[in-house]
Amino acid sequence: MNSSASAPAKTPGWRQWLTTDAPASRRQARLSAWYRSWLAFRSNPMAMFGLVILLLLVSTALLAPVLAPHDPFAQNLSTRLSAPGANGYLLGSDTLGRDILSRLIYGSRITLYIVSLVALMAPIVGLFVGTAAGYLGGWVDIVLMRITDIFLAFPRLVLALAFVSALGAGIENAVLAIVLTAWPPYARIARAETLTIRNADFIHAIRLQGAGALRVITRHIWPLCISSLVIRVTLDMAGIILTAAGLGFLGLGAQPPSPEWGAMISAGRKFILDHWWVATMPGLAIFIVSLAFNLLGDGLRDVLDPKKSAR
Amino acid sequence: MAALPKWIKGIGHTFFTVLITMVGLLFVTFVIGRVMPIDPVLSIVGESASRATYDAAYRELGLDKPLIIQFLLFLKDMVHGDFGESLLTARPVFQDLLRVFPATLELATMGTIFGVLLGVPLGVIAAVRRGRWADHVARVVALIGYSMPVFWIGLIGLLVFYGKLGWIGGPGRLDIFYVDTVPHVTGMILVDSLLAGDMDVFQNAISHIILPAGLLAYYSLAYISRMTRSFMLEQLDQEYITTARVKGLSESAVIWRHAFGNVKVPLITVIALSYAALLEGSVLTETIFAWPGIGSYITNALLSADMNAVLGGTVVVGLVFVCLNIFSDLLYQFFDPRAQ
Repeated sequence: MNSSASAPAKTPGWRQWLTTDAPASRRQARLSAWYRSWLAFRSNPMAMFGLVILLLLVSTALLAPVLAPHDPFAQNLSTRLSAPGANGYLLGSDTLGRDILSRLIYGSRITLYIVSLVALMAPIVGLFVGTAAGYLGGWVDIVLMRITDIFLAFPRLVLALAFVSALGAGIENAVLAIVLTAWPPYARIARAETLTIRNADFIHAIRLQGAGALRVITRHIWPLCISSLVIRVTLDMAGIILTAAGLGFLGLGAQPPSPEWGAMISAGRKFILDHWWVATMPGLAIFIVSLAFNLLGDGLRDVLDPKKSAR
Repeated sequence: MAALPKWIKGIGHTFFTVLITMVGLLFVTFVIGRVMPIDPVLSIVGESASRATYDAAYRELGLDKPLIIQFLLFLKDMVHGDFGESLLTARPVFQDLLRVFPATLELATMGTIFGVLLGVPLGVIAAVRRGRWADHVARVVALIGYSMPVFWIGLIGLLVFYGKLGWIGGPGRLDIFYVDTVPHVTGMILVDSLLAGDMDVFQNAISHIILPAGLLAYYSLAYISRMTRSFMLEQLDQEYITTARVKGLSESAVIWRHAFGNVKVPLITVIALSYAALLEGSVLTETIFAWPGIGSYITNALLSADMNAVLGGTVVVGLVFVCLNIFSDLLYQFFDPRAQ
């Protein structure tokens, strides 16, 4: 269409198109709903702060080879345990003389990898279980919800520990263990949503048209459960990071020499009294990222679910 | 015959739920024990055992029976408190657990007491002064609590208060020369030293527990103050509060007697949940502070592949968790006339 020369003049029109009261197409209506949510989200400075930090984290992970000043695995025993700023190590070096900053930068990839895997898998498991229980009802409901209660009854970290110990240490097993302990709340939410939708007229109409349970659940109930699950996932992300780091700290997550943040704290633990930076820096990284996720989650909840927000 | 009174039915229902949950808990633990990559027979007979010895031990452990029978046998052992022997301590796991549990209980109880004493007033003030700076302070306090890795801040705390300032005792429950100087009654050193009237030991124990308990208190404070705030806001919005004010009651009577009176009941559940969470959260805290409780017991067992100890510990923590939930349910029914 128009070339970039007319772009500034076009901006108000573009905004008007998005905020119109009378959308001309379904796509416009949907985009304008998104845009309004974005405007509400943007007015929350704390949430924006969280978003900016997370965008920085994602770009750090993507650009790790460009950003890292050193090789995260390269050892240099002659400069081991350098203080921050000394010997060209901005955040100091660890016990094998590896640059802590570079390891943190590469470690962001592991953190994002774990968080996104868990944040994808746990809600999906919960969605399957919860919608099936809610829609089918009867015995299926009783059995599935009992199982959910049993998993809820377990303390999460202890259960994750037991799972990892059974499956063997490693990132993938840590992810699996966290998923196994994280899905029950999502199942509860999905079931509650399903129960409110289940007897709606449109569901009856679809069933009269001959749709089976599978089709009703996958095509008509799932889409309506997504938004409450998304809110819950964002609020849970910080918890996922902390659990993953805790597993790493205990030596059950990512294995050395992988620059996982929790494992880095654990490695610096022995030197904490004389060489504080080795354990402090990765802890700060975990703190900042989980703070960002918490801020983002609070903001998203305010926008998408004003009713349940903490006001 | 008249129908059974409602509360008997309620108790029957609770009992049934608890029973199913506990059996389920044991089943999950059993399955975890079965998928272990470690061969339980090899760990007993050793690698150089003959085929016949191996087979005998295999049958001895009941591994030749169908899984369901194995599970029932496992259930029977658990009910009898027989968790097998720990490889690490060469003692029955049950005895080990009895020994380490009071340490965890002591830590979590101290944490909860301080968390409630500080968190509830903070939440009430934040609700009353909503949108003002006290509210923002409470919000920041909670946010930091939700975002901080406990094992990291524990290390930093040790570095600053023990390493640099020397204000507190280091890791462990007591300085080495105080260990085992008071008679073992409850296993909780604070209580035992008071019972023995030994103030030196008591003070030393306080200097050791203050940082880990303070940390746990901070985490429960973050949660309790947030929940108190939202419960209070819900009450303060209602019309009976306006009525109370119109009647000319003082602001403190409105807040503490009327609004807070209605918040007490749901708060009990929140406090019980946070207590349970502290018992669990102690896994990482205890590791940092070398606190000889159930958390560090499980962790140490894990790292040396001592499966009996891990499973026993998991079962006990799970049972405590379930019991606390039921306890809070019962308290709820007791205090809330509508639930009766």
